[in-house]
Amino acid sequence: MSVDTVSLTGWGRTAPTTALRFRPRSYEEAAATVRGCGPRGSIARGLGRSHGDAAQNAGGSVLDMTRLNRIRAFDAGSGVVVCEAGVSLHRLMEVLLPLGWFVPVTPGSRYITVGGAIGSDVHGHNHRAAGSFSRHVTEFELLTADGEVRAVRPGTPLFDATAGGMGLTGVILSATLRFHPVKTSLMSVDTERATDLDDLLARLTAGGRRHRYESARVDLTSRGRATGRAVLTRGEHASLDTLPAHARRAPLSYFRPTQLPAAHSLVPDLVPGGLLGRTSAAALAELRYRRAPRSRTGELQRLSAFLHPLDAVPHWNRIHGHGGFVHYEFAVGHGQEETLHRIVRQISQRRCPSFLAVLRRFGASDPGLLSFPVPGWALALDLPASLPGLGRFLDGLDEEVAAAGGRVCLTNDSRLRPDVLAAMYPRLSEFRALRAELDPNGAFRSDLSRRLSL
Amino acid sequence: MKDAFGAPQSLLVLGGTSEIGLATARRLIACRTRTVWLAGRPSPALESAAAELRGRGAYVRTVDFDALDTQSHETTLGKIFTEGDIDMVLLAFGIPGDQERDEEEPLSAVRVAQTNYTGAVSAGLVCAGALQAQGHGSLVVLSSVAGERARRADFIYGSSKAGLDAFAQGLGDALHGTGVHVMVVRPGLVRPAGTARSGAAAGTDTRAGTDTRAGTAAVAPLATIPFTRAPLVTTPEAVAAAIVTGLRRRSETVWVPGALRAVMSALRHVPRPLFRRLPV
Repeated sequence: MSVDTVSLTGWGRTAPTTALRFRPRSYEEAAATVRGCGPRGSIARGLGRSHGDAAQNAGGSVLDMTRLNRIRAFDAGSGVVVCEAGVSLHRLMEVLLPLGWFVPVTPGSRYITVGGAIGSDVHGHNHRAAGSFSRHVTEFELLTADGEVRAVRPGTPLFDATAGGMGLTGVILSATLRFHPVKTSLMSVDTERATDLDDLLARLTAGGRRHRYESARVDLTSRGRATGRAVLTRGEHASLDTLPAHARRAPLSYFRPTQLPAAHSLVPDLVPGGLLGRTSAAALAELRYRRAPRSRTGELQRLSAFLHPLDAVPHWNRIHGHGGFVHYEFAVGHGQEETLHRIVRQISQRRCPSFLAVLRRFGASDPGLLSFPVPGWALALDLPASLPGLGRFLDGLDEEVAAAGGRVCLTNDSRLRPDVLAAMYPRLSEFRALRAELDPNGAFRSDLSRRLSL
Repeated sequence: MKDAFGAPQSLLVLGGTSEIGLATARRLIACRTRTVWLAGRPSPALESAAAELRGRGAYVRTVDFDALDTQSHETTLGKIFTEGDIDMVLLAFGIPGDQERDEEEPLSAVRVAQTNYTGAVSAGLVCAGALQAQGHGSLVVLSSVAGERARRADFIYGSSKAGLDAFAQGLGDALHGTGVHVMVVRPGLVRPAGTARSGAAAGTDTRAGTDTRAGTAAVAPLATIPFTRAPLVTTPEAVAAAIVTGLRRRSETVWVPGALRAVMSALRHVPRPLFRRLPV
């Protein structure tokens, strides 16, 4: 097992800390690392796509799980997969899509591990129909603080604490997942434009249930009457009869993804921070809005282009410059549209250069104690961390979100005030109690857990 | 832990009655800081500073620390780190000395050098080691423009700050890649906010380890340059603001005010025969 000392950050590239990185190849090596970790504890890390500091552990150990990446078993009849926690969703798609099965839930990047997807209880564009990731997990193996491996099934307290538990209950070693059957590897996409936020919310509410995936790219740089205008896309796995004749011969072969970018790219980190400022953000948003059709149905798109457009750009997180960026993602319940309006207005009035803002509608929430989704609206945006006064501005938004009974996503958080956390996550004390019982000496710790006293 | 904007949750101020240190603490408490350690020699000023910060909502503790007693640093400072992570250490102690007296009394000059340099080297190394062990944190060192070039008016103080400055730069390089960030802050003439006192009146406090006002009296003659007087004089609040910005940007060197960077880089290259005659 290789060991090295590395400086780590989340995908947002803020607040680097140093840790000892272990790369276990087997359960025994992982257990030995957890047992041998010092007073500063250990935390599992996957492909580092979480924006915040959830997979960092300053002065302690980090278990890089990417070498535990085997797919152990697959049942082609029921779509049940047994795989190790370090396997990426990308790899699963590569292997299983040609067989007619697709990952049940995928976030904006497919370069995340199965362990990370459970630990963050990720959600995707299909939350309304499919819920979050842990809903499709039928069992996982968890390495707990005592060095034992436990099989955990849904409906147990340990499952609920681990799904969305940010890796603080133990190291997920393997998982059994239920996949979703598909006939083709293409998406049939409907696009429409919403002229403002009211229009967008109305369209999302009225939208038919015929589409599995649904999301809106909001232009947060527009102001006045156009505040909150957006391009709304809805998609469904294309059926065989919608494909052109030549494509019907091999309908599952249209997944030609790019390779996983190397950890250290040859692209030098020289993008100046100020290059993508307010003007260019506004211009890009304008272009994106104008280029989108007013209304179009049934357009065939590749899966990767529809679900993971940013994966095509290696190290896209560098576009925000040296200072890194903050990913702000919050959810408020149905009936709290006024809060959503207020927040969108504030962001546009402040002229925050947000390049990618995505609004989704969440369905029923999941049992995870710290799972993010609540039935209602979720808005996610990226902002350069170097913006002066951004910290206080976001603190103000947090308070509005908390007052409306909403919450901020912990996976992507790197700046939340610890004192508003309890208001956002009412089951936090339950989580803390379970952790105290399961891991009294704090074998699992992360920068996130220290910062927020999880 | 620090957040994405570099705002620390816990702070240790070495030189707990330092005006710059307290101004920085106040500003940080308004952001994320909840725990503050004020290290200094026990005095009513230290206690009242702690009480004032408590009033702002922070959990404040004081600790007995003497810059001159280097033997005790490892124990005293080590104990603080065992009680929890320190996200930021502000090395703010230093004495301006009295140039005329110090030239006549070598022992008092040695005291300036020992406080400002030896004491800081010892405390800085102890803190750097502890920060490195915890894998994160910032060490902010208050240097001074006086250390940039030796001047007739304050070369004893200036040389001690020059030593400290070089030490901090080297330490920053040594700690590069360890998760620990070292930031050197070089303020110009610091005038306490709300007062318009002259440079000569500033910084008469010579208690080692508890003072303060790094670079106050020592750079006072700079203020006699008429064209630079107004823009290059700064306040503890301005220094504190620059420190917070520097933390966000993970800067390695911060000049306060920023224009000093250009002024000093010019002054640094002035030939000595000419420099001697300048009214600085």
